[in-house]
Amino acid sequence: MNANWPLWEVFVRAKNGLAHKHAGSVHAADARMAIEAARDVYTRRMEGVSLWVVPSSAIVASDPKETTDLFAPAEDKVYRHPTFYTIPGGVKNI
Amino acid sequence: MYTTELKDKNQKSAAVSLADEDPEKLAAFEARVAADDFIEPKDWMPEAYRKTLVRQISQHAHSEIVGMLPEGNWITRAPNLRRKAILLAKVQDEGGHGLYLYAAAETLGTSREEMIEALHSGKAKYSTIFNYPTLTWADIGAIGWLVDGAAIMNQVPLQRTSYGPYARAMVRICKEESFHQRQGYEIMCVLAAGTPEQKRMAQDALDRWWWPSLMMFGPPDDKSPNTAQSVRWRIKRETNDELRQRFVDVTVPQAEAIGLRVPDPALHWNEARGSYDFGDIDWEEFYAVVRGEGPVARERTQARVKAWEDGAWVREAAAAHASKRAMKMAAE
Ligand SMILES: [Fe+2]
Ligand SMILES: [Fe+2]
Repeated sequence: MNANWPLWEVFVRAKNGLAHKHAGSVHAADARMAIEAARDVYTRRMEGVSLWVVPSSAIVASDPKETTDLFAPAEDKVYRHPTFYTIPGGVKNI
Repeated sequence: MYTTELKDKNQKSAAVSLADEDPEKLAAFEARVAADDFIEPKDWMPEAYRKTLVRQISQHAHSEIVGMLPEGNWITRAPNLRRKAILLAKVQDEGGHGLYLYAAAETLGTSREEMIEALHSGKAKYSTIFNYPTLTWADIGAIGWLVDGAAIMNQVPLQRTSYGPYARAMVRICKEESFHQRQGYEIMCVLAAGTPEQKRMAQDALDRWWWPSLMMFGPPDDKSPNTAQSVRWRIKRETNDELRQRFVDVTVPQAEAIGLRVPDPALHWNEARGSYDFGDIDWEEFYAVVRGEGPVARERTQARVKAWEDGAWVREAAAAHASKRAMKMAAE
């Protein structure tokens, strides 16, 4: 049988109130073992209060080759930023 | 250093010519790297860049893992509980460093198994420093102070290396390394201020580890033909000689501060350069250790292979348990 353990991506919540953030990856036979390995490797210095592990194979990533097409629509819509708008001088709190 | 380009046995066949690359893609890549942009796993990269990175990162990973052996040798004989807990934590950190780096190399399309197999077969290299034995407790002090010190010197600039996963691994590693050097230096401080025997022990450890530590930075720049390419691609940020000089400059005063003598009669402060001049390194010894003739080279590889083989049943059992549970879950 193949004893090569699958790869898991590890996400750590540094403290409550913050989102889980990608920290790295581990190999493990199953989810429980991945959690325990992630605990040992990524939270030895109190770096986290919560862990997510996700099979790396479950992650779908955008292709860098399509970066231009995928993100271009955002580029010509500067009116999405507050600085686009002209407000008369002296007007406050807006 | 952990990341000197020690040539693998298959390096010749792995040499990939840049001339085979798409010139337009290559130019775009070079421009990005020159602008200090990071390259991420799915981005286009020249084959030679990928190969150099896999070699450098896996060598670095192997060094972290093999590096656990000389220090692990003293865990059960640490002089007190405080030292034992510290050494255990340090060695555990090194295991983690190996893991971060293997994971970074895996993003380049090389599997963990391939890398471990290359280490066990002797095809892949690791830092020459770990093929020296740890004879006394003072060696644990000297390793933390000098070997981790040299590693930090080399690793700090690599936090800005051009390959994203490698740079991120280096950031984590550097954060963890800082206590390694200080705990080692503290061991040396205590011994140097102790009985005459203890002081002699500290001096003896410095005498034996000084030159191998300088060799960790790798061959001199004029004997390191790939350095220019690696610096241009921001795989390396500084040359071997630059880093070595900086290491000497910061370490000599640390030795003096605790009354230890650096074993180099040619060492003296050069006012004009604002740096220490130091004696010639015995490169014959270095290349012999690279070739696997280090005092405990065979022992190190055997220990790694034995650990891997003895752990086989654990890996198989865990995989069997996982697949059994998956089957049960599917049936429910
Ligand atoms: Fe390390
Ligand atoms: Fe270290």
